[in-house]
Amino acid sequence: MGERVFKQHEQDRQGTNESEAELQPKDHDPIKSDLDSILDQIDEVLEENAEEFVKSYVQKGGQ
Amino acid sequence: MATSKVCGIETEYGILLSGAEVDPITASSLIVSAYKDSSWAFASFDASHESPSRDARGVNLDDYLDPVIDSKMINTVLSNGARYYVDHAHPEYSSPECATIRDAVLFDVAGEFILRESMNKANERLPQGVRIDLYKNNSDGKGNSYGCHENYLIDRQLPFAKLAAFITTHFVTRQIFCGSGKVGHETPTGVVDQSGFQISQRADFFEELIGLETTMKRPIVNTRDEPHCDPQKYRRLHVIVGDANMSQFATYLKLGSTALVLSMIEDGAFPQHLLIAHPVHAIKQISRDVTLSEQVLMADGSRMTALAIQNELCAAVKAYVASSSYCGLTHEEANDVLVKWEQTLHDLSVQPDSLSKKIDWIAKLQLVNGTKNRHSLSDSDSRLKAIDLMYHSLDPKTCLATKLNLLNLFDPENIADAAQQPPDTTRAFFRGRVVDKWFDHIVNANWDSIVFDVANRPLQKVYMNEPLKGTRELTESIIESSTSVDELLALLGQQDLPSSTL
Repeated sequence: MGERVFKQHEQDRQGTNESEAELQPKDHDPIKSDLDSILDQIDEVLEENAEEFVKSYVQKGGQ
Repeated sequence: MATSKVCGIETEYGILLSGAEVDPITASSLIVSAYKDSSWAFASFDASHESPSRDARGVNLDDYLDPVIDSKMINTVLSNGARYYVDHAHPEYSSPECATIRDAVLFDVAGEFILRESMNKANERLPQGVRIDLYKNNSDGKGNSYGCHENYLIDRQLPFAKLAAFITTHFVTRQIFCGSGKVGHETPTGVVDQSGFQISQRADFFEELIGLETTMKRPIVNTRDEPHCDPQKYRRLHVIVGDANMSQFATYLKLGSTALVLSMIEDGAFPQHLLIAHPVHAIKQISRDVTLSEQVLMADGSRMTALAIQNELCAAVKAYVASSSYCGLTHEEANDVLVKWEQTLHDLSVQPDSLSKKIDWIAKLQLVNGTKNRHSLSDSDSRLKAIDLMYHSLDPKTCLATKLNLLNLFDPENIADAAQQPPDTTRAFFRGRVVDKWFDHIVNANWDSIVFDVANRPLQKVYMNEPLKGTRELTESIIESSTSVDELLALLGQQDLPSSTL
């Protein structure tokens, strides 16, 4: 799923809009912790596609 | 004296195909064949003599069932000595057998490398818009589970009932450091609740204390009796209760602690007051308590937390290792495991958050809680389950475990080497090296034998009944100096290594 979601995100970003730009770290932002930076990335990826992704993740049982 | 704790891990990977309707067996076959068709050497794996239904308690279901043969089942042996194949609609990598815990972790991580390479190669071949993604996890959150099994060499003399009774305590409680974490609760028949967080991926799926099954009514102790080596001397304990770990540290602690508890049982030093009254209930009870404060009922009527049980187990192993001349591992490695185990238990009791680079469930919980608090999400918001799944992705661009920079035990160069080169100190060395050098003369190979096709002679089968023979030390010069399979077989016959030839 990941790649698909990221591609979707890249497309969104190319058609830049204000709210999207706000999500990007600004030069004079205080240095964010590792965790905050990862949470930012999670936000970017999951905002719109999480439900579809979770629904599509179905596996055949194994051992 | 304890048997050398030769061990390895077999992992079924989650597989998700997007952009097309393809059944998961075909998708898994695409993954394995993408690697098989690359330039790396491989040979066919011979599973015709396997008997996964042979029960350590004396029953053999093979007598009642016909083998299921599916032409899509691709089954290979790689030059690192591993088995790579399609099993139960998942691509599966079984690491080569390893004589040290460190090697066993390295060759498990090499499996991730191999699956990632396979995924990349398969995706290069697929039409635009179609893609396969792989996940090193154990559940889809909808009641379907797939395994990450460990295997340990055990002395055949040890009564199985005793082994099962004692190891259960560790299997139920070790999840506090080797659980991979999961959003939601489920049963083998479906979803119970998409909210909440638990320590283990697998705990929801265990319904029995002991048994032969692996795909339904899963038992905490699996009785498969298929040693893949000399059955008079050894057992292979097939452990199905564990989670697949993204953290190399967690894998190290899972294998190291389990190997040492098993050796302690073999040497009669298990602290017998540490028996849990209702293990099937307790494994879920512990999994669902991220505060680690839940007490489980012990067989003697007392109540203990998983942490308290682990503290006592770890202390008993420490005393056992100090007093034994051999504990299944070198004392150097056993002591390294003990230091890490003790420290981890201490950190779990006083500052669990400090383990967020080492322990998967703590790392994942940090991401889940961070996202939940940041946006005031409800417990059942899909974003939280998505984080759970993405933590295990093999695509480094989306893998959340990768983004967290978990503590690594190996450099990327070590891992890439281990994807092609076998471990030095088990029979996997011989298997991997001859596959690499003479794959076009090998009819098939499996864990304990290799069949060579030599011109103008009947097929020649080399047996490898001893996991600790066929090592670099014993066979490298023979393999290197042989210019043909004929010559190799002649030299093996003279030296009687790694075992006799037919």
